[in-house]
Amino acid sequence: MSHAADTTADKTADDTLSVTGQASARGDTDDVLVEVRGLTRRFDVSSAWLNRVVRREGKRILTAVDGVEFDVKRGETYALVGESGSGKSTIAKMVVGLLEPSAGHVCIDGTDPAGAERAAMRALRRRIQMIFQDPYASLNPRWRVADIVGEPIRMFDLARGEAVGKRVGALLEQVGLSVGDATKYPHEFSGGQRQRIGIARALASEPELIVCDEPTSALDVSVQAQVLNLMRDLQRDLGLTYLFITHDLSVVRYMADTIGVLYLGRLVESAPREALFTRPAHPYTRMLLDAAPRLDGFGRVHATDGGEVPDPIDPPSGCHYHPRCPVATQRCEREYPPRRQVGGSEVACFEAERIRQY
Amino acid sequence: MSLDTDPIGPPDRMPDPAPGRLSRAWQSDIAWSFRHSPVAIVAALVFLTLVIAALAAPLIAPHTPFDPATLNLMDGFTPPMGEGLGSGSLYWLGTDDQGRDVFSTILYGMRLSLLIGLAAVGFAAVLGVSLGLVAGYAGGWVDALIMRIADIQLTFPSILVALLIFGVARGLLPPESREQMAVWVLILSIGLSEWVQFARTVRSSAMVEANKDYVQAARLVGRRPMAILFRHLLPNVMGPVLVIGTIYLALAIITEATLSFLGVGAPPTSPSLGTLINIGQDYLFSGEWWILLFPSLTLLALALSVNLLGDWLRDVLNPKLR
Amino acid sequence: MVGNATEADDDVLLRVHDLVVEIPTRHGTLRPVDRVGFTVRRGEILGVVGESGAGKSITGAAIIGLLDRPAHISGGSVTLAGTRIDGLSERELQRVRGARIGTVFQDPSTSLDPLKTIGDQLAETALAHLPITRREARERALQALVDVGIPAAAERLDAWPHQFSGGMRQRVVIALALIAEPELIIADEPTTALDVSVQAQVLTLLRRLCTDRGVGVMLVTHDMGVVAETTDRVAVLYAGRVAEIGPTRQVLTDAAHPYTRGLMGSTPDTSPDRDIGDRLVQIPGAMPGLTAVPAGCAFHPRCPSAMSICAMREPPVTVLGDTAVRCWLHEDL
Repeated sequence: MSHAADTTADKTADDTLSVTGQASARGDTDDVLVEVRGLTRRFDVSSAWLNRVVRREGKRILTAVDGVEFDVKRGETYALVGESGSGKSTIAKMVVGLLEPSAGHVCIDGTDPAGAERAAMRALRRRIQMIFQDPYASLNPRWRVADIVGEPIRMFDLARGEAVGKRVGALLEQVGLSVGDATKYPHEFSGGQRQRIGIARALASEPELIVCDEPTSALDVSVQAQVLNLMRDLQRDLGLTYLFITHDLSVVRYMADTIGVLYLGRLVESAPREALFTRPAHPYTRMLLDAAPRLDGFGRVHATDGGEVPDPIDPPSGCHYHPRCPVATQRCEREYPPRRQVGGSEVACFEAERIRQY
Repeated sequence: MSLDTDPIGPPDRMPDPAPGRLSRAWQSDIAWSFRHSPVAIVAALVFLTLVIAALAAPLIAPHTPFDPATLNLMDGFTPPMGEGLGSGSLYWLGTDDQGRDVFSTILYGMRLSLLIGLAAVGFAAVLGVSLGLVAGYAGGWVDALIMRIADIQLTFPSILVALLIFGVARGLLPPESREQMAVWVLILSIGLSEWVQFARTVRSSAMVEANKDYVQAARLVGRRPMAILFRHLLPNVMGPVLVIGTIYLALAIITEATLSFLGVGAPPTSPSLGTLINIGQDYLFSGEWWILLFPSLTLLALALSVNLLGDWLRDVLNPKLR
Repeated sequence: MVGNATEADDDVLLRVHDLVVEIPTRHGTLRPVDRVGFTVRRGEILGVVGESGAGKSITGAAIIGLLDRPAHISGGSVTLAGTRIDGLSERELQRVRGARIGTVFQDPSTSLDPLKTIGDQLAETALAHLPITRREARERALQALVDVGIPAAAERLDAWPHQFSGGMRQRVVIALALIAEPELIIADEPTTALDVSVQAQVLTLLRRLCTDRGVGVMLVTHDMGVVAETTDRVAVLYAGRVAEIGPTRQVLTDAAHPYTRGLMGSTPDTSPDRDIGDRLVQIPGAMPGLTAVPAGCAFHPRCPSAMSICAMREPPVTVLGDTAVRCWLHEDL
């Protein structure tokens, strides 16, 4: 049974490739900085070998990311939205090179980091940086800020000696801190300030692409506003491209140009911001938008689907969302829907037209 | 700039305080805690006194007990605060069977005990911390291998391990150099019997730290694994090492004393406290109690003060690291 | 600060009046809760909202007597249906907890005993507080699971906590909180650790169960969206004090306190009608730590409308219709 589904998936993957090919050949002159094709990542989460033998269990493979494809244009913010088990953090790590894909590839400006040799790899590393989620774990507590922010500068040989300190000072000011903060330790700063230090560190190598992994999820609302505003200003001033990973749709609405919605490792919908928020095509996107609490939703009744994200180790067959989907058919249970254009979005759903009347 | 809240922990959150509370207040908390802990103060004073006395042994020892030329056999078995029958000198703590001044032998013996103890712990710490870091960061078969070796070693009592290594080393060395090498062999054997606890503790800390984002950030800028281990991880796993170090120092001193007591430790020409206790026990019941008592008391004071300091240190550091 | 104390008093379930919590430390005495007051009526959901460090969780802990030493209540009162519960002994408090006040905390995996089945935990709690037999307790446990929407409840009675997903576990926690038929529920960030789709379900459930049974809810959260959708009234906390309190719709759409306005402006939102503009409203600085609370109005260093008196004296409570606010802007000087 699973074998049949696999071959179906392979077939549709080929279809998908051609669809995407068409999409980017639509005559856009936009420059694609990041190209993700067929990105897949599997983890072996089996018990230890002896335990398995004793219990007569097979291996357990978790497919965290399954054939994800998207393009990030230069200078834009592409947001990947998903709940737990969606694979968004895993994708972020693969784009940045911290994790090797099990299949597929990530192309940064034409270069595939998986095949590159050392020198090319190093040059590539300089151009991609990351901002992390937890302000308390993303800075080495025993290092001074000057060393933390200076590390990329030294590692990429962008300055030496005293010049490093000057650059660090300039970076700190750019993120709204002061030059004197360089001699302090991370614990002397609040969460929001630590995130700013993290941003300064990400900027230190003068990157083109910054992958932001839930950068404001751990911050209070008023601090989040400061950091998001800062990030937008920096993008405008420095021409940065952001790959923004988050679970929070309201932040996405504020930050993103294009949005990709992930469910259990698959990209179910990809659309420009306006289209996604006004005319969501995939049932899951609709559910997500409906569930997000609104500031004017006094006494609002949610159209809840009464379900939760299932265990990623054993996902439902066919379209992963079918057990929770109000318009699912038998076909949805058997086959994995290919991506196609519906309205303003690219969506992987057989019944996308039907959901609009729902 | 807004300081995060009090060192006790941000009172607002109910389940868990915010992580990452290593603040300079933490340092002064230790100082404050020290000032308010009578046990710690007394233990520190005792330890310091003994250490200074040992270091200054050549200056303050009234006699040189290991130079046979200075010994007077007629002074043997002089009781404490008594005068030697042969030379007429005053012996504060008495003499042993050969006329050696007990006080001086204690001073020199302590010197050796401390030297061996500190060196052994230092060696064990370096070895254990390095292996623990590698095991914790690398994971996989490297981790499994190191930990299995550690487990195997733990099944043997440390004295036996030390004896084994000692025996092997003595077998390998030519007899002339045995005495000079005795100290080094002691350090090696005690150190090898103690590295496991360091490795285990550092390994678990390293595993926790290796998953943190600042390590990922370092990898992102192309840091090699060695640099990550020693520049990023090492400062963050050192906390418990200090506590273990002090407790194992006491253990090392006692292990050395035990080995010397058994006759396989320090050579008789440069005896440590253990050797003295060995000598003393022969005469305990024939009335010359002082030959056994004073070295034992000194050993007790040394080990106990170090142990108490270690306990205090562990208590002070622990709740903060909630 | 009592707020609206003029309404029918037998409707008022929980009355917190001028509550002060202090923590003696060697840096001095800290006041994470500084004269906080509010009421919760039967069947009403009061949101207690604030950022981290505002004192909302400690207030909840103080009400049910779960403060970590050396924190303690040093002033004010907490009254539950007419009887004072602050200052009760631990034994009496244990009777209050569960029987009269149920709690729902943020992390379901630490609220449930991993070594007992769900059915056992529910039944034991019911038995401990209600005069019923074992059989009745088990029936109540089953009914509780059905009420919170656990499918196949009869089989799930004998399941272990780890066999439930996060959202299901939180539903079980709610069932546990309600099974002894308390009058009040204190929920501290009950959905923060859950996915947003589950969050909506759990909040809807909480709201329905409590209004149906006339149980009052004190919902502590940092999420203004949750406040908007789930609560009837809201108290906005800042640096241990209540900045503003009133009906949710009024406070959120027409906030009286500049801090509330700032919070509303800085919260990104998915409402299609909301006009975000180019930048989020940004309140400069951050909430002061407990050792550095500014004199006068604690918010004044960050306030766009601060006046000279704001730095000198703490503003008194001003009542504006249904809302009460602590701000000099509204006080006739």
